[in-house]
Amino acid sequence: MARTRTRPDPEPRRPRTVLLVLLLAAVALISIDLTGAGSPARTVAGAALGPLESGANRLLSPFGVDAFATRDDLRDKNAQLEAENARLRGMVASSDVDRTRLAEYDALASYATSADIETVTAHVVGVGSAQTFRRTVTIDAGTTRGVRRDMTVIGPDGLVGRVISASPTNAVVLLLVDADSVVGARLGAEHELGMLRGDGSLSGTGRLQLEALDRTAVPKVGDTIVSWGSRDGVPYIAGVPIGRVEKVVESPRDETAAVTVAPYVDFSALDTVAVVVGERSGS
Amino acid sequence: MAARRAALVVGVLVAAVIVQVSVLAPLVPTAVVPDVVLVVVVAVGLCSGSTDGAWAGFVGGLLLDVAPPADHLLGRWALAMAIAGFLAGTVDRGSRPSWLSDAATIGATAFVGLSVFALTGLLLGEPGVTLAAALPVVGLAVVYDVVLGLAIVPAVRTLLARAEPAPRVRW
Repeated sequence: MARTRTRPDPEPRRPRTVLLVLLLAAVALISIDLTGAGSPARTVAGAALGPLESGANRLLSPFGVDAFATRDDLRDKNAQLEAENARLRGMVASSDVDRTRLAEYDALASYATSADIETVTAHVVGVGSAQTFRRTVTIDAGTTRGVRRDMTVIGPDGLVGRVISASPTNAVVLLLVDADSVVGARLGAEHELGMLRGDGSLSGTGRLQLEALDRTAVPKVGDTIVSWGSRDGVPYIAGVPIGRVEKVVESPRDETAAVTVAPYVDFSALDTVAVVVGERSGS
Repeated sequence: MAARRAALVVGVLVAAVIVQVSVLAPLVPTAVVPDVVLVVVVAVGLCSGSTDGAWAGFVGGLLLDVAPPADHLLGRWALAMAIAGFLAGTVDRGSRPSWLSDAATIGATAFVGLSVFALTGLLLGEPGVTLAAALPVVGLAVVYDVVLGLAIVPAVRTLLARAEPAPRVRW
């Protein structure tokens, strides 16, 4: 053993005691946090480490390594979507039956540009890894810009998630796809109510599971899902597009249907998001 | 651990947290991200023994527990990484390091560390943690960590040697 050490220890140390003490300390921390007393530590750490994360992310972008999505990509996508939108609009307008749905699509399309809500624009600067089994991101806007807990976060495509904690310069957003995230939803033209749950998968295959409150109201594939909204817009404001019904598996025996929703937002390529800091005047 | 070395290790750990959360997480296409902090902790354990490894693991894990996108209970990474750092330190390093033993150590300790983290989540009933979901994630992460570790362990070894040059021993 002595031959293997290049540097003899000045005093004999007891690694096992050290480990035991550290493990007990960690267990103590866990139990302290279980009581809910750990949030000040997170706020302090957010204030100290958040700007570093923003800085590291800013350093990345001049090199063209805009990690989340390049502007050209977004522009292409935008043009593509506009074309598709125009095509859909033409298709829908030609059919009388679907005129109501056109109005809905119009509302959705104008949603992002509507001036009714006051938003703060922010960039995603940090992403929680899958090893932690939570789907959270850090954004570079905090309490100094009016971002607080339980505020709705939207992206150019639709609902992204909600703020779960905020430090002066940064905030943590719980994404819709998180397994613990539940959001009330309205589906289709009938405005049936339901609950959407994430499946914890961040990649393009991430889907949301819909649970309709009225079990007889089975949505159709292609129906649009928008957020239900709650009183005072906490934590989600109403009417934000969330996704499209992708698959409906009906179970005739107990009259229920497993509804899979494909979210509009590409959660693995989040870049610019907007935090809704002011209430919507309408609806 | 001398004060200077301790400060150096803490500095490296902070940098590792930032790199892991802000640089690698968005760059890597899969949601699983290389655990830079874990690899640094294992490297410290490999280079300076289990006491230092456990300490580095505790501090690094704590940083990861409080760094912004984290939302799990405080102390879970600290617990997992203290064990990983300690284990890495108990490996008989032999007179000269070989990349093969480094890779094996990183793989084994990363697996233990990630599993301990997942298990604490399971025990504490944290949302999203199931055994079925954990296994592929841990497997992929271990592969990433071994690849990353082969670059980081020599770097940490050089850094620690430079911070406190080992006295030359003449036999």
